[in-house]
Amino acid sequence: MSGQAILAEGLGKRYQLGEDGRPRGLRANTLRDALTNFRPLRSQPGSWIWALDDVSFTVAEGEILGVIGGNGAGKSTLLKILSRITEPSRGWAEIRGRVGSLLEVGTGFHSELTGRENIFLSGAILGMRRAEIAGKLDSIVEFAEVERFLDTPVKRYSSGMYLRLAFAVAAHLEPEILMVDEVLAVGDARFQRKCLGKMREVSSREGRTVLFVSHNLGAVQRLCSRCLLLDGGALVAQGPTGEIVARYLAGRGLATLPGQWIDLSGVERSGTGEARVEAIRCVGGDPAAAFQPSSERSLEIELTIAADAPREAGNIAVTFYDTAGTKLVNADTLALGRTLALRPGHNRVVLRIEALHLNPGVYMLGFWIASPAGVPWDFTDAAARIEVVEAGWEGPGRRPDGDGVVPCRFELRLEEG
Amino acid sequence: MELNLESTHSGTPEVPHESRPVVRIEASRGWASLELEELWRYRELLYFLVWRDVKVRYKQTALGVGWAILQPVATMIVFSLFFGGLAGVPSDGLPYPVFSFAALVPWTFFSQGLLQSANSLVASQNLLTKVWFPRLAIPLATVLAGVVDFGLAFIVLLCLMLGYGITPTWQVVWLPLLLLLAFVTSLGVGLWLSALNVQFRDVRYLVPFVTQLWLFATPIAYPGSLLSEPWRTLYGINPMAGVVEGFRWALLGTDTAPGPMLAVSSLVALALLASGAFYFRRMERTFADLV
Repeated sequence: MSGQAILAEGLGKRYQLGEDGRPRGLRANTLRDALTNFRPLRSQPGSWIWALDDVSFTVAEGEILGVIGGNGAGKSTLLKILSRITEPSRGWAEIRGRVGSLLEVGTGFHSELTGRENIFLSGAILGMRRAEIAGKLDSIVEFAEVERFLDTPVKRYSSGMYLRLAFAVAAHLEPEILMVDEVLAVGDARFQRKCLGKMREVSSREGRTVLFVSHNLGAVQRLCSRCLLLDGGALVAQGPTGEIVARYLAGRGLATLPGQWIDLSGVERSGTGEARVEAIRCVGGDPAAAFQPSSERSLEIELTIAADAPREAGNIAVTFYDTAGTKLVNADTLALGRTLALRPGHNRVVLRIEALHLNPGVYMLGFWIASPAGVPWDFTDAAARIEVVEAGWEGPGRRPDGDGVVPCRFELRLEEG
Repeated sequence: MELNLESTHSGTPEVPHESRPVVRIEASRGWASLELEELWRYRELLYFLVWRDVKVRYKQTALGVGWAILQPVATMIVFSLFFGGLAGVPSDGLPYPVFSFAALVPWTFFSQGLLQSANSLVASQNLLTKVWFPRLAIPLATVLAGVVDFGLAFIVLLCLMLGYGITPTWQVVWLPLLLLLAFVTSLGVGLWLSALNVQFRDVRYLVPFVTQLWLFATPIAYPGSLLSEPWRTLYGINPMAGVVEGFRWALLGTDTAPGPMLAVSSLVALALLASGAFYFRRMERTFADLV
């Protein structure tokens, strides 16, 4: 490591909340407001929010740093400050090297201009020199796969073509420091893979520093060695990616930290109580996803069951519900056609699901233990929340919402004739 | 400061760590420097922004660049009919159409530049919030793009002069400087208005109104020679009065050599530009948050 690329010290950014509750910057929006508002707005207490508060960190040259956190955690604000779009209200940062920031795809694109014209325009806006763009033109066009439409106005492009071209320009930006927001969530999976590959290639060569903001924990884990975790504008943790990702997931109220036992003594439940589930833990089969449950991988669910006497359990089930309470997956030993002999005291039961087949998202985990006659001993449909992550997803961005609950394997074929 | 922008033509930058430029980011207060060197470094971007504005301005219009000519020509016809014809406004001994058109060409450049630049920041909202570059480039590019329209209208003016058998005098060499004066005035006011527009959208309603008043406060439909000294010189407080009188003097050879008036106009225009630029830079830090 030859030195620091980014040094940030006590960075903070505050916005004023307007009457409508939206942050509205510093002062009034219309002249009339300014003239009729006699009380100076800045003196109103409590109307400020800190979108980013006292954030300090360093990024070594050549490092790929991930920035994760929930919505409103301050990730985008941080990136906007570091790319000089907005000024911090407090603190300072020093950036060594030429910065390229990609906060959206297609920055500066103009719909009336042709593909070729937009390559030059957008490239120049992102900070490329004209000669540099000219030199990379062929490679950009090839990457975007728009050769035939190069001299067509981009307003005639399909959205896929538009995004491919926009990303192709961005991908050829070669600054010393690259800042990328959640912008890569575009295009089809194949193109996303291509983009991710390009990004990795760009960052691995010549020690280029990358700051990568993403909701896609899988992509963060593959790209970044170190992560910052932001929450409510504050930097709550920084360190090795695996550790920080696990902490992020745990901190979201999801008591499903892989490999950790969740105490269920406080969970509301029903049943006669001959046997009770005391604790539960989940371990996903994907090391790349920090053993978080993921769609296509196996998942082991361990239960500690306390029985008051030797009991023959008719069936034990672990159930996944969506947040609306619909039963999605029910792994029930009834299907195996066997009963389970419980010893008095603590028993440990492992239930292994070969593939969960649930798309990434947050689900409710419930369980059920019943006598062979079907009398429920212990039952709840809300033992713990569990998050399925997108580890199997090769794309670098956030997966579009609303692609259903269950993934499926499919292919597309155009029949001849 | 050592700059490495040229070093990235192909492949990867091989700039040693120590010589990379360091940018310090922190809250600024009060008046900021203009950072004109930075603007100069982004001259290629400025070029592309001007080029975009020129290319896009008349896209998907039936008349296309005809609009650049139609506006001053139509105004000239109306002025000639009503002021020149009906009202019998004097025109320094020149045919009224040439007299008014010679003023309308630089005026249209000025007023269009003002209009476009006042809206430029708000129209570039997506850029302001997504990428950094010297913000001054935005209004600057819109005013510069107007030079193309000016050129087209100017050709029409030359044709009109030819039609009336008027040949320009040697004073025509001053024309570029007079155009520069119109440019400085337009940009100066445009900088004020564009920065104000980010915060106060009232500007949108103010601009057409201001340009209309300004049009009649400028000797376009009538000659500045209606005023006697020292009022004529004082009239130069409106920099466009200097521009318009200057254009007639340089092109049509009216004996209204606007020396002192132009001096006053130039001073006012420079004051507008400097104050506008500093105000713009001062407000710049809030653009992305407010726009």
